Amino acid sequence: MNTTLLIQLARVFSVLSLVSIGGVNATLPETRRQVVEVHGWMTNASFADVFAISHAAPGPNIIMVSLIGWQLSGLVGLLVATLAIMAPSCMLAFVVSRVLGRWSDHPRIALLKAGLVPVALGLILASGVSMMRAANQDMIAVAISLLTAGFVVTSARNPLWALTAGMLVNVAAWRFF
Amino acid sequence: MDGHTGGLQRGAGGQVVSKSDLFFGFLKIGMLGFGGIAPWARHVIIEERRWLTEKEFAAILGVGQILPGPNTMNAAVMIGDRFQGVAGVLLCLLGQMLVPLFIVTALGAIYGRYANIPWVSAAVVGAAAGAAGLVMGTGLKMARKIKPAPLAILVTVAAFFAEGIMEWPLVPVVLVLVPLSVIAAAMERRV
Repeated sequence: MNTTLLIQLARVFSVLSLVSIGGVNATLPETRRQVVEVHGWMTNASFADVFAISHAAPGPNIIMVSLIGWQLSGLVGLLVATLAIMAPSCMLAFVVSRVLGRWSDHPRIALLKAGLVPVALGLILASGVSMMRAANQDMIAVAISLLTAGFVVTSARNPLWALTAGMLVNVAAWRFF
Repeated sequence: MDGHTGGLQRGAGGQVVSKSDLFFGFLKIGMLGFGGIAPWARHVIIEERRWLTEKEFAAILGVGQILPGPNTMNAAVMIGDRFQGVAGVLLCLLGQMLVPLFIVTALGAIYGRYANIPWVSAAVVGAAAGAAGLVMGTGLKMARKIKPAPLAILVTVAAFFAEGIMEWPLVPVVLVLVPLSVIAAAMERRV
């Protein structure tokens, strides 16, 4: 086992953890620079593969970092990279959670929370649009996106139904057109 | 408020949210979480189990958004702490990561072999398009249920425009919009 590599993995990803405001997608350029250029752990092409695979899997997008650890150093690499990207930001969130809990009766904290709600709403809608931009190559894909959005808005049913339908429709469209 | 000790708050329906509720709830969220976790977190936490109200969930996501790290991971920390303290935090995080870690390593192992089959890539594109719709639908549904005041709608539209249309860097956008939004919230309250 390569201890130097593991230490480097831990250092690179724990620093990225603390600057990744907006999640791992926001730090994608910096992650690529560290992994491909600074440390030469991967080629550009294999980094692109890791990105695609981790976005096809369910779960938080930081599993991309886990997969990088896995490819470089197996199970130990996966654990080190995952803990490094999670621990610093989670500890900070924990401290903030306690502070907000203690002061949640304070009118200023209540105002801050009220102010965050509309910003969070706008950012969720925005990430839907940028995902659409990345995924949609034709009219059928656009229709799938819009119909899925309609399903979610009008129904409390499990959205997995809509996702499965979208997948089948696109495979059928590929087969028959 | 007993929030300062962390843990042991009641759910939105007045129920106790136990450690195993948290673990299995987040296991489900992680397992279903195709195309991002937030829509699934909302579905399970609000519609299925009624742990939080729509507003509480949006506020937690909002705090999660301005901290480093994925907003849903920060939300998992805050939700775990709210109901079961430190043990709740660890259980939420473990639950959320467990299944995705298995799936991503399995995908990594078989990817090279199947990526070039056309129906596989058609299925992946279909799922990705659906996931985009899922995220948008979730945002619209939250907006409909929260019924933001007029100034708050303006902030939502501004955030959407800055990130979704212009794709400006997130940090300055948040630094400008959050203070404006707080001022707007203060004004709405006074009227």
